[in-house]
Amino acid sequence: MKPMNNITEKSGGGLWQETWKRLKRDRAAMFGLVIIGILITVGVLAPLFAPYNPFKVTLEKRLLGPSLEHWLGTDHFGRDILSRIIYGARISLEVGIIASSISLLLGMLFGTVAGYYGGWIDNVIMRFTDIMFGFPALLFLIGIMAAFEPNLTTVFFAIGFVSWPRMARIMRGQVLSVKENDYVMANVALGQKDGPLILRHIIPNCLAPVIVAFTMGIASAIMAEASLSFLGLGAQPPTPSWGSMVNFGKDYLRSAPWLTMFPGIAIGLTVLGFNLFGDGLRDALDPTMELPTRAE
Amino acid sequence: MPQTSDSLIQVDGLKKYFPIRKGLFSRIQGNVKAVDGVSFSIKKGETLGLVGESGCGKTTAGRSLLRLIEPTDGSIKFEGRELMDMDRQELREMRKEMQIIFQDPYGSLNPRMTVGGMLSEALKLHNIVPKDKIQDRVAELLDTVGLSPRHARRYPHEFSGGQRQRIGIARALSVEPKFIVCDEPVSALDVSIQAQIINLLQDLQKEFGLTYLFIAHDLSVVEHICDRVAVMYLGKIVELADADDIYNNPLHPYTKALLSAIPVADPGHKKERVVLEGDVPSPANTPSGCYFHPRCPVARDECSDVDQFLEELKPEHWAACMYARQDENVGEAA
Repeated sequence: MKPMNNITEKSGGGLWQETWKRLKRDRAAMFGLVIIGILITVGVLAPLFAPYNPFKVTLEKRLLGPSLEHWLGTDHFGRDILSRIIYGARISLEVGIIASSISLLLGMLFGTVAGYYGGWIDNVIMRFTDIMFGFPALLFLIGIMAAFEPNLTTVFFAIGFVSWPRMARIMRGQVLSVKENDYVMANVALGQKDGPLILRHIIPNCLAPVIVAFTMGIASAIMAEASLSFLGLGAQPPTPSWGSMVNFGKDYLRSAPWLTMFPGIAIGLTVLGFNLFGDGLRDALDPTMELPTRAE
Repeated sequence: MPQTSDSLIQVDGLKKYFPIRKGLFSRIQGNVKAVDGVSFSIKKGETLGLVGESGCGKTTAGRSLLRLIEPTDGSIKFEGRELMDMDRQELREMRKEMQIIFQDPYGSLNPRMTVGGMLSEALKLHNIVPKDKIQDRVAELLDTVGLSPRHARRYPHEFSGGQRQRIGIARALSVEPKFIVCDEPVSALDVSIQAQIINLLQDLQKEFGLTYLFIAHDLSVVEHICDRVAVMYLGKIVELADADDIYNNPLHPYTKALLSAIPVADPGHKKERVVLEGDVPSPANTPSGCYFHPRCPVARDECSDVDQFLEELKPEHWAACMYARQDENVGEAA
C-alpha cells in the first residue's frame, strides 16, 4: 500500500470542519446564527449599546410611543424600552445557557450511566424520566418556583432540572448504539477502565445530537424563563426580563401596545434564532441523524 | 477432548447462551446457544483456524474466549491460569497478553481519535514503554504494520479499508500480546488487499512468535495461514484436525460440504459438489441428536437420536460424526 502523498499532509479537523462547511450553505441556519450573534454582542456589551439607563424612572416621560428619542417608546415608569430589551438580552442569554448547561450536565451524566451500565440502574433512571415527562413542564416549573424563592438563580436550576430528562433520553440512546461499536470492545480488550473508556471513546461519539438538543434547549429555556417571569414567578422587578416586561405591559395593551409588542418580538426572534440554528446544525452534523424534537 | 501440555491457551466446554426474554416481566423463555460446549487448545506459535457459516457462533466463541463477552460456562486457561476465575482487575492485567483484531475496519477505530492517539493510549495503559519513548514506539508500530510514522496525526476516515485494518493490527500489537484472536480480519477487504493483510499477519507471527486464533467463514483463506482447523456448526466444533488433513481427508460431512464450495480456478476441473439443503437451524431451537442431521446428505435415522461428541478418529484428527468412524466410506457416499 502506497502512502497517500498527494493527499493533504495536515489532518483535517474531521467532523467539525465538515459540519461548518455544510452549515455555511444553510441560509436559515446562518440567519439564526446572525440573530444569536447580535443577541450575544448586544447582551455582553449592553452598557455600550443601551441609550439610557434601563432602571431610570422618569415619571413625566411615561408611556411615550416610539419616537426618535425613545426608539421603542417608554414604559409605565418612563423607562426606555429599547434599553430594557438590551439588558433583557443578558438575562435571556444567561438563563438559556446556564439552564441548558445544567440540563446538559445532568442529562449526560444520567443518560450515560443508564445507557452504559443498563440493568436495574437504567430502569431506575429511565422510569424516573418517564415520571418527569408525565408532568406538564410548565406546571412543574410553577410548582418549583412557588416552593422556592422566585429569583433568577432559582429559575436557572428549575429549568435545568425540568429539562434534563429529554437530554438523558437522547444521551442514553446514543450511548446504547455507540457502545456496540468494535472500537469500544477493542478498548475493553486493551484493558481500558470504564472511566476513560466512557470519556474518551463513548461520549465524544455521542455528542452530535446532544449539541443539537443543547442549542434547542437554550431556546426552550429562554421561553420558559419568559413564561415564568410573565407569571410573576421568575425575574422580579425591576430586573428587565423580557417575560416580566410583557407581564407589566399587558395592563396597557390597548393604550400602549409597544410595552408588550417589542419584548414579545425579542423573545420570538431569539427563540427563532436558536431553533433555526439548531435545525441547521442537526442537518449539517448528520443528514441521517434522528431528529430531536424542536423546542416548543 | 483434545489436549496438549505445551498449549498456550486451552478452552474446555466453553458455552455462551443468550437468554431470550419475553413478556412484561422479562421471563427467560429459552436460550440462544451461540456457543455450546466448545473445547480446543492452541499451542504456542500455532495458528488455529475456526471456520463455519455465518451465525454458527465463531465470533461469539472468539470474544467469549477473551471474556469480552462473559461466557455462560466453561474453562479458559491461558498459560495454565484460569481466566474464568479472574476478577476485573486481574483480567485487566491479563488483557495485554491477548488481543483481538476485528472484521470491520470501519467500526473498529474510534473516528474521533487520531491514530497516534489510539496507539499511545494503548501504550500508556500497560506502561509498555517509558513516557518519553511513546512517540518513538508509535512510529515504530506504524512502521511494523507497513504504515508511515506521519500517519499518526491522521484520523481513521483518512485511510482506506486495508490501511485501517493495519491500524487495528498495530493497536493489537501495541501491548505486545502473545495471543491474538483474528476475527475475520480480511473478510471485509478487497481480494488483493486480503493477501497483503494475511502476509502481514504471517510476518508478524514469525517476528514476534505470536499465537493466533484465526476466525473465518472461508476455508480457502484459512488454508494459507492455519496449522490446524476447527470447523464449527451451530455452536459446536464438528471437526478439528491439521489443516492438511482437513483439506485432503475431511471426515465430517459438513466439512466436506464446505470444502466442495471452494471454487477451483480450473474450468476443466470436475468435482462432486455437495450442496446443503435448507438453512442453518436456529440456535434457539437446536435439532435433536446430531445438530447437522436435518441438512446432512448422509444422515440416517439414528442421527436424530444420538448426540454427537468430538472423538479422536485418527491421530490428531477429531470429528463429531457417528458414521465417520464406522464407515470410512461416508466420504464417497457424499
